Amino acid sequence: MRNSNEIIDDIANKEYEFGFTTDIEMDIAPVGLNEDTIRFISAKKQEPEWLLEWRLKGFQAFKKMKFPEWQHFKMPELDLQKLSYYAAPKEKKKLNSLDEVDPELLATFEKLGISLKEQKVLAGVAVDVVFDSVSVATTYRAKLEELGIIFCSFGEAVKHHPELVKKYLGTVVPHSDNIFAALNAAVFSDGSFVYIPKGVRSPMELSTYFRINAENTGQFERTLIIADESAYVSYLEGCTAPKRDENQLHAAVVELVALDHAEIKYSTVQNWYPGDKDGNGGIFNFVTKRGICKGNSSKISWTQVETGSAITWKYPSVILQGDNSEGEFYSVAVTRNKQIADTGTKIYHLGKNTRSRIISKGISAGHSDNTYRGLVQVGPRAANARNYTQCDSLLIGDRCGAHTFPYIESRNSTATVEHEATTSKIGEDQIFYLNQRGIETEKAVALIVNGYAKEVLNQLPMEFAVEAQKLLSITLEGSVG
Amino acid sequence: MLTIKNLHAEVDGKQILKGINLEIKRGEMHAIMGPNGSGKSSLSSVLAGRENYTVTEGEVIFDGKNLLDLSPEDRAREGIFLAFQYPVEIPGVSNLNFLKTALNEIRAYHNLPSIEAKEFLRLTKEKQQLVEFNANLMNRSLNEGFSGGEKKRNEVFQLAMLDPKLAILDETDSGLDIDALRIVANGVNKLRSADKAFMVITHYQRLLEYIVPDFVHVLYDGRIVKTGSKELALELEEKGYDWLKEEVHQKESV
Repeated sequence: MRNSNEIIDDIANKEYEFGFTTDIEMDIAPVGLNEDTIRFISAKKQEPEWLLEWRLKGFQAFKKMKFPEWQHFKMPELDLQKLSYYAAPKEKKKLNSLDEVDPELLATFEKLGISLKEQKVLAGVAVDVVFDSVSVATTYRAKLEELGIIFCSFGEAVKHHPELVKKYLGTVVPHSDNIFAALNAAVFSDGSFVYIPKGVRSPMELSTYFRINAENTGQFERTLIIADESAYVSYLEGCTAPKRDENQLHAAVVELVALDHAEIKYSTVQNWYPGDKDGNGGIFNFVTKRGICKGNSSKISWTQVETGSAITWKYPSVILQGDNSEGEFYSVAVTRNKQIADTGTKIYHLGKNTRSRIISKGISAGHSDNTYRGLVQVGPRAANARNYTQCDSLLIGDRCGAHTFPYIESRNSTATVEHEATTSKIGEDQIFYLNQRGIETEKAVALIVNGYAKEVLNQLPMEFAVEAQKLLSITLEGSVG
Repeated sequence: MLTIKNLHAEVDGKQILKGINLEIKRGEMHAIMGPNGSGKSSLSSVLAGRENYTVTEGEVIFDGKNLLDLSPEDRAREGIFLAFQYPVEIPGVSNLNFLKTALNEIRAYHNLPSIEAKEFLRLTKEKQQLVEFNANLMNRSLNEGFSGGEKKRNEVFQLAMLDPKLAILDETDSGLDIDALRIVANGVNKLRSADKAFMVITHYQRLLEYIVPDFVHVLYDGRIVKTGSKELALELEEKGYDWLKEEVHQKESV
């Protein structure tokens, strides 16, 4: 653990660059995917037999599945046999150098002005850092333990709290849910685990910082958050990855469980490497995120700010099982150059008087393609269910695309489902107006875009909101004029 | 302060300004009048640097600098303020946040540090009272859902906040009822000073009853065809523009 802490400190002391690779020795699984790979991972992690079996079930499901064809983009060629499925920093090795810094990304970093260290100290944020696949340190754990809150890596949870993991693992996103979820079930490396006991409100934002470091490793983390009766937690997930010419796959799974009167707020600021101007390289961000409001009057709220990745493809969803439960989805997705986003949410109204609210703000620039896809399903038992959906698209330039695919299925006549959609362009008039007040065009665009996304950014915890605002501005630099 | 020499400009290949000559000195109030389509608003757009206008001939010197070489934001930072005829709405951007950004951009251009939060608040309060701007509108999104009159009053409030050397008011009176007109005019009058100049573009003489100009220029067909004192505005009110048009055409046919 001591060495792991050193790694964290080194990263934290160094200012935060997206574009560096960390030159440390890795334990890397042989390239390819078969049962042996899975046994290797499970053995490396000294997992119990039941978990290995669960992984193998996931692998069996995976083998029978094909890539989907309904998405609004051309599926990239993905050879899953060419990936290595496990990479962990070797114990007792020191960090050697951080010298492969891409100046362009360094500049970006300087503008962002955030560091891991800052993240750690910011207003009581507890950080769990996932360094490639293994979670190397968790801060503030002791303080949280006093309240009975469990916040640790997934691997540690398997060791120390197997009963909780066993009870909830795969109950929201089953091992056979979709091809990427099945792949994750088979090969997931690490991730975060949170349990908030009955009646406890987490006194601080819990935060995980994901980073993809090694070459040719997909990142398959798995996060499980359980809020017991009347518990509350706000969880932040930030992502970044070094710049590489080849694509990298990120197929994570997040499961949230809210029991009676519990509330989970899950915020993501995703800034994976998006590829270069011509669309070379970048992360394929194919993630399955789903929460279940299992208990009555429980609430799950997703907020996401997606600015990175070559392809962002995910639908953070909520199953509103408990009566009077509530689901929310707030999203800002920015695409530029040749980035693709096909994202939205799925809300399943099962219980009575369930409510949901969807606010999606797409921003497309360059040659990018930005799609909102959302499902609102009302079951026969969901009397008086209510949904409000608003999805707005903002276009910058005339070579990008914005698309909206809302799906509404209601089997209860007392349900109310509302959908509003708008598409607008940043007007030359708006930019000229701001120019005339002394504000240059790039700042003007940043101001307009942040105003446009405000409703979503307001949902983020303070320190994240500031970072997200800066990120939006930087992401769109050079997109106009 | 501002010298316009033989200014020609076109938009979409159509000649709009055909040789404007105008000299504005510190402390002066100039009114630009003229019938619809005479080029009044085009003149303000060209001075502010709107992109779709192309200057084909002539020059504009502002405080010793060639204005036409500057970007729109640098013109603003040098001290040119345009009160828009149709102020735009920018949803989600608060009026105050916008103004603070603008103020700091202008300050940075002049190598001044950003304004302190406390000082900014003091300034907004002072200026808001000076031009009688509704305090509730300051925290709202920029012009979003504002009435026509509120938008125009916001322009005057911004003018007060940014304290330019030359303020161009482009038909600020259009769409205002008599009470709003009086408030806007009062605001402008309070902002008049010996080191500041105004160019007030208006279609009607009405505004000039409240804002008394030192000079009145009549623009017709892209040129200033007559310059006079405030009495000229009254004459135009009484007789309309037709007699001037005839005068111009007679001269041309001679």
